Parts: sequence; structure tokens; C-alpha cells
Amino acid sequence: MSQSKLPSTLKIGISRGFLEIKQFMRQRESVVFTLLFPVLLLLIFGSVFKDEIAPGVTFSQYFVAGMIASGLVNTGFQQLAITIPMERDDGTLKRLRGTPAPASSYFIGKIILVFVSMSIQVILLLIFGVLLYGITIPSDSAHWITFIWVMLLGLISSTLLGIAFSSVPKSGRGASAVVSPIVIILQFFSGVFFVFTQLPSWMQNFAAIFPLKWLTQGMRAVFLPDSFAAQEVAGSWELGKIALFLGIWSIAGFFLALKTFRWEK
Amino acid sequence: MSSTSSAIEVHGLLKSYPNHVAVAGIDLEVKSGEIFALLGPNGAGKTTTVEILEGYRSRDGGSISVLGVDPANTDVRAWRNRIGIVLQSTKDAADLTVEEVISHFAGYYSNPKDVDQVITAVGLIEKRKAKGEQLSGGQRRRLDVALGILGNPELLFLDEPTTGFDPEARRAFWDLIRQLKNDGTTILMTTHYLDEAEALADRLAVMINGKILEVSTPALLGGRARAKARVSWSENGKSNLELTDAPTDFVNQLSSRIGGEIQDLSVSRPNLEDIYLEMIGEKV
Repeated sequence: MSQSKLPSTLKIGISRGFLEIKQFMRQRESVVFTLLFPVLLLLIFGSVFKDEIAPGVTFSQYFVAGMIASGLVNTGFQQLAITIPMERDDGTLKRLRGTPAPASSYFIGKIILVFVSMSIQVILLLIFGVLLYGITIPSDSAHWITFIWVMLLGLISSTLLGIAFSSVPKSGRGASAVVSPIVIILQFFSGVFFVFTQLPSWMQNFAAIFPLKWLTQGMRAVFLPDSFAAQEVAGSWELGKIALFLGIWSIAGFFLALKTFRWEK
Repeated sequence: MSSTSSAIEVHGLLKSYPNHVAVAGIDLEVKSGEIFALLGPNGAGKTTTVEILEGYRSRDGGSISVLGVDPANTDVRAWRNRIGIVLQSTKDAADLTVEEVISHFAGYYSNPKDVDQVITAVGLIEKRKAKGEQLSGGQRRRLDVALGILGNPELLFLDEPTTGFDPEARRAFWDLIRQLKNDGTTILMTTHYLDEAEALADRLAVMINGKILEVSTPALLGGRARAKARVSWSENGKSNLELTDAPTDFVNQLSSRIGGEIQDLSVSRPNLEDIYLEMIGEKV
């Protein structure tokens, strides 16, 4: 019966990724809300705060960097920490566990979904930002290379931490109430909605423990002029420190996800 | 430890939860190629037993061998490739069509059945483009069965497979299960329907309070073969009942006494449900 070989973990994972995208796209309300939410916030904040926060730097420019960073946390951490408990409730996970598909294939599928959803959000955010608020986009490869590695580390750490945190909510119904406040508070503390250096120092220190602060800083290094680096807390973008923190969180997320992941209630 | 003649072997299986003992040391053997039904009231420990055999739950004691290996201690992927599981009520994959779900899951197995064949076999041809949320309870169950048999399993677990089926769908389902048995699949099922157990099972076990009361065949369970026959008839507008070991003799005498047609004559043996209810009635 089983002479032929089992499909590889990666192959099943990729096919799960396509399935996840298909399922996501069919929930129309959540598609519109998830993909356009960053744009919506940009419209609100862009209309309220019209001043420059530094010579030649508009608040909108600052905000786009923050919104891309917090989009990673919303899409990776928040979405997964809410939808995985729901899939635990509705039997998706139990059924999967009864098949030869390994847990890692399920994780790979989630990472693909987060990657695609995130890419669409970034593209929409940049298009609206450029058209409506004259956001400038980096034109040299060095900034785009920074963009890519910050995105990737953000994607990995946030997805893995979302999987790990999915074991905390007792049920799918209560998950949103547990997860959302954490994310909103982190967004305020990490300088997404306000200029980070204007926050009280205890808030800055608290935020520096978590990945979102480093993600926003990394995205500022991509989207803000290099002259703005002098106004950061350390007087520079601290790219090395950003890579280190996001790297540590990714590794921690990997082990936490493996250790705490639960198939059943 | 692997044996060619038995698909499942269980010795002294124990499982306790904080407030009660779910499985209190049972022995069980399911032979290769047979349909084995596990019966018992709710809370008897059937689902716990089956979920331990499916590798979903840990056990507290005893030894088990499923297709020659211990599910708690094996290369899970290779082993899962050889079994099929139909869980109790599910509600996942609501946004996907029957066809999409089945062809996706086919990609998990080394040697899956043909997707169209499976859809046809479970009678969902007309619903192949319908989404999970648009299916009736019975249709959903058939989708569950489709996913269970998709990987060409050597051993299939069915947990209350026909709950919510209409009588016609149940007959069609029984034919499907018989077909699987003819193809050589071993089947372990739990059910609440005694007629289902009688129609399908080669052997069955009655479980109650975490213990196995009896393992037998549908024809012999609870001394059914030795039970007295019930002869009932009407005479002078009155209905009569006689319990006897020799119904032929009795009817012969009746016939010669009355002469001619006996009104409302019926000779019956207790059905499986009567026997079963009597068995668990003594215990509950």
C-alpha cells in the first residue's frame, strides 16, 4: 500500500498555503478589512496630522513606516493568535492531525498566507501613500535590501510568535479579546501612532523588549531620510541591533511554537 | 509484536481523567479484514478507547498495537498514511467545496484514491461544487467519510458515522462500508444504532463504565441464539403470546387446534437492540 513515498513536508506546506489563501479570499469582509486596514488608518492619521515632524519629513512618511511594521504584527501575530484557536475549535486541527501531514506543513501554510496578505497590504499602502500624501519611496538598492531583511525577520518572528501565542486563548471566541489589546498597546508604545522619541522613556524602554519597536525603527531606516537617524534614541538606525533583536525573537518564537502548540482544546 | 492476523491488539488498556476512570483495563482484538463494532451508552469509554488507538490520546497503562505498531511510539507520518479516521461531528473547511477539500487532502498521502472515484463512492457527485457550509448534516458526514477513505487505508476508524443520516443515505453508506471491507479494509466503528451494527459488523463488543462486557457476533451476543422465540397470535379477538424453545412444534399444535389460518401469527426472536438494552439495563 505504501510503496510510493510520502509527499514532503514542504510540498504539503505549499499546498496548504494555497488552500489558506483561497479560504482567506472567500471571507470577503475580513479580506477588505485586513488588506485595507493600514490604508484606512493612513487616511485618518494623514488627514489629522499634516505637520512635518522634521525638516522635509511629513508625519505621513513617518506613519507609513510604522504601519508597515505594525501590519506585520497584525497579520502575523494577531491574525494567527486569533484564527488558530478558531481552527482548534472547528476541528480543522484535529482532522489534520489524523492525516500524514506534519505540523510543520501547517506552519508553512500559515507563513505563506501571512506573506501574501502582507505583500498586498504593503503595496496598497505605498500606492495610496504616494498618490495621496506624496510619500517618497527609496530609490537605491541599499534601502531595499534593508526593507527585505526587516520584512522577512518581521514575518518570521511575528508568525512564529502568533503560533506560540495561539495556545493562550482557551477558545476561538475569546481569542480576540485576549490578543487585540496586547497588539494595540504595543503599537502605541512602539512609536507607530506617535513619534517614538516623544514618548516617556519608561514606555520606550518597555517597548524595546518587544519586536514591534525594532520593526518600526527598521522601517524608518528604509523610508525616512538618512538625516533623520540623528533624531533616533541612539542617534542612529541601529541596524545591527534590530537584526539581533528580531533574530532572537524569531528563534524564541520557533521553540515556543514547537513547545506550546496544541492540536486540541 | 506485529501479527498478520490482527489489525488491532489491546491488552489492559487504562485511561483516567481527573474525575473519573474512562477506560478501566480492557482487552480487545480486531482481526485483519473484519468489521468490528464497539457499542455502549454515552460515557462508556468508546470514544476515549478509539482516540487512543487513533493516536490522539495518551494512555495511562496497558499495551496496544495498531497495524503492528504502538501509536504512541512510532514514525507517525508513515503510520498515519496507512490509517483513515472519520471523527465525530466536524465543522471545518466551511469555505471550500467538496472537490477542493478532497483533492487537497489527497496530496497528503503516498497512494491516494482517485478523487472522482471517492466523490462518486460517497454519493456527493451532485454536491461536488458545494461548499462545506452548504451541505446538510448527512452530506457533511459523507465528506468526512470521503476524507477518511481517501488515503487507501488498511484500517479505517468510524466514530458514529451515520448520525444525522436519513434511512436511504444510511443504506447507501452501509453498501459503501461493505465495499471497503470487500477491498480488504479493516474497520473499527462505534455506533448507537443496533441495526447498523447488525447489518455491518462481523463481531462486536459492548462497553460500559470503561469495561468490556462481552465480545461476540451479532447473532450470539447476550445469549441471543439461546433466547426463547416469541410466538404471538390472535384468537377470539384476544391477542396471545407464548415464549418457547420449540416454536415450530408450538405452531404445529396451534394450527391443528385452531384448524386453518391462524390470525395475526408472528414468530420472532429478540432483536439485537432488545438484547443490548437488556445487557446494559442490568448494569446501569
